[in-house]
Amino acid sequence: MAASAIWGASGFGNWGRLAAQQVLTQDDLLSFDTFGNVSLIHITDIHAQLKPIYFREPEINLGVGTGRGNVPHITGADFRKLYGIADGSSSHYALSYDDFAALGKTYGKMGGLDRVATVVKAIRADRPDAILLDGGDTWHGSYTCYHSQGQDMVNTMNLLKPDAMTFHWEFTLGSDRVRDLVSGLPYAALAQNIFDSEWDEPTEDFKPYEFFERGGVKIAVIGQAFPYMPIANPGWMFPEYSFGIRDNRMQKMVDEVRGMGAELVVVLSHNGFDVDKKMAGVVTGIDVILSGHTHDALPEPVLVGETIIVASGSNGKFVSRVDLDVREGRMMGFRHKLIPIFSDVIEPDAEMAAAIDAERAPHQAQLDEVIGTVADDTVLFRRGNFNGSWDDLICDALLSERDAEIAMSPGVRWGPSLMPGQQITRDDLWNCTSMTYPNAYRTEMTGEFIHTIMEDVADNIFNPDPYYQQGGDMVRMGGLGYRIDINKPIGERISDITLLKTGETLDPAKNYVVAGWASVNEGTAGPAIWDVVEAHIRKLGTVSVAPNTSVQVIGA
Amino acid sequence: MNLTRRETVLLAAGASVAVMVPFRAFADAAENIAAFTGGAAVGEGGITLTAPEIAENGNTVPVDVDAPGAVEIMVLAVGNPNPAVGTFKFGPLAAAQMASTRIRLSKTQNVMAIAKMADGSFVQATKEVKVTIGGCGG
Repeated sequence: MAASAIWGASGFGNWGRLAAQQVLTQDDLLSFDTFGNVSLIHITDIHAQLKPIYFREPEINLGVGTGRGNVPHITGADFRKLYGIADGSSSHYALSYDDFAALGKTYGKMGGLDRVATVVKAIRADRPDAILLDGGDTWHGSYTCYHSQGQDMVNTMNLLKPDAMTFHWEFTLGSDRVRDLVSGLPYAALAQNIFDSEWDEPTEDFKPYEFFERGGVKIAVIGQAFPYMPIANPGWMFPEYSFGIRDNRMQKMVDEVRGMGAELVVVLSHNGFDVDKKMAGVVTGIDVILSGHTHDALPEPVLVGETIIVASGSNGKFVSRVDLDVREGRMMGFRHKLIPIFSDVIEPDAEMAAAIDAERAPHQAQLDEVIGTVADDTVLFRRGNFNGSWDDLICDALLSERDAEIAMSPGVRWGPSLMPGQQITRDDLWNCTSMTYPNAYRTEMTGEFIHTIMEDVADNIFNPDPYYQQGGDMVRMGGLGYRIDINKPIGERISDITLLKTGETLDPAKNYVVAGWASVNEGTAGPAIWDVVEAHIRKLGTVSVAPNTSVQVIGA
Repeated sequence: MNLTRRETVLLAAGASVAVMVPFRAFADAAENIAAFTGGAAVGEGGITLTAPEIAENGNTVPVDVDAPGAVEIMVLAVGNPNPAVGTFKFGPLAAAQMASTRIRLSKTQNVMAIAKMADGSFVQATKEVKVTIGGCGG
């Protein structure tokens, strides 16, 4: 950072030290030496988590190309070393994966929109005109969100009074519902990269940017929705829209708002971190990118040229506060803090807590129903490039309940964790499975086609050019083991695909019975995934998931 | 005047300033290039080719070309069984030498545009467009 004209600091060191002393108070978590004349508050990828949750960060998060060895592709002890985080500290627990169950006993659950409300209100008490920006993936991911078609999140987020929002999973509610909800939002719905798919020109349903006058500074916030919407999610649910990175239009928008007098240009992005990093090097004139989609939580902004990129985690676990000093039409410096929402430390906001309870009340019996228990030797988690124990459990459920030889489960990054001995409620199960295209299909595929799918998905993660990456993780394979060389090109990464049951090599010419869920194809038939997994868990009673060693990774 | 692309397309159609003509097609991209350029050297710069990094639908991929001062722009889908897409010819009345079309891509490949400038020189731009069977969003 010394090389940059921008002066910056991160508040991370403060709470890291305090935590090491096992002293956590709300005042410590919120303490911030107010700086400059503008404050941004960023929250993203909440995935409808209204209540506090456990959320284990990834162990395996590999980077390729320029991403290799750089954040966010650094995990565990290496991550702690990079940021000077003490082993066993609260930041160890919040930001890395190891000793998760043990540290969880000390530090407890994180998140909860009522705690987030307390933090937002505290920042606004300090800086009344702070701008609150929601990076999207808000109206997806829970039982109540599914049953209210996102209304529970809209109602509760409205209490937070955001200034603007951008989008990803929201579109899986279907475009009619999205337009319906967006038209009622008391804040801006922004995306410069949503086009009318028929005419290939910017849609009128989403504004590219919004101006704010705060602290005497003219601020432009430009929205960037998830670029690969119709590819990673079912395009038939929102056929009238086209997406894409469209960095040339982003440049046009930046130039346009600068021409209109913007002194500070903020991009509220759902690109994913590596895409944002590349875009920051391609598009000139962006001061701050508030980055979402890939769920990375970084205790310091990453600097690309004179652009700072802020990554604020997911599932309500963190809120970022970014104070900026904007003078003479340019950003002179920043102060930043990734605020961890320790739910036992931060007092819930009473108004928000009541609103959350009101949204959940009609469903309370369904939500609270216990369907099983996590064994003492198991943490159920999802994050990781190749597998997670939640996905192993889901794949096992697909294999046994759908009587299949091979199972496929999508490599999504949402879904909280459950601790050893914890009861599994329907609420918990839906947090990891809820979506509007949940059908668990059962079909036949040739070995060759299975291999093609695996290569295709691997290239969406490990293509060395971030613009060709979609975010997310590798498709989880049940009943199969394989070897992957992440540095090879598409078609050459995956080898030694083996049926775990028999040890046989996958035969390209043979047909196999495959069960999976979250297909992007219209008309996919089968029971909802949550019913499949619930039936399986009920049969197991206590869920123990052995460590998964079926994927051999080369080139990490 | 502030025209949307929709209006521009209609205007263009009305004024016949840009005409897309299918040309004699070869099975190989290199042969198409040779036929278009007559073997002349092809430079870079002065031409913008806009296409998605990843196609939302490989059957209809929007492609824009823009080469100020061009008299013709040839578009090739290098990896298609028949790489020839077409050539845009710009008459003297054309206010801008830009055009949009949609093309079908059989697989992940480079899309190439080569412009013939008024002075007879050639410039090209290439963009890789990935055709994927879909993934799983985060």
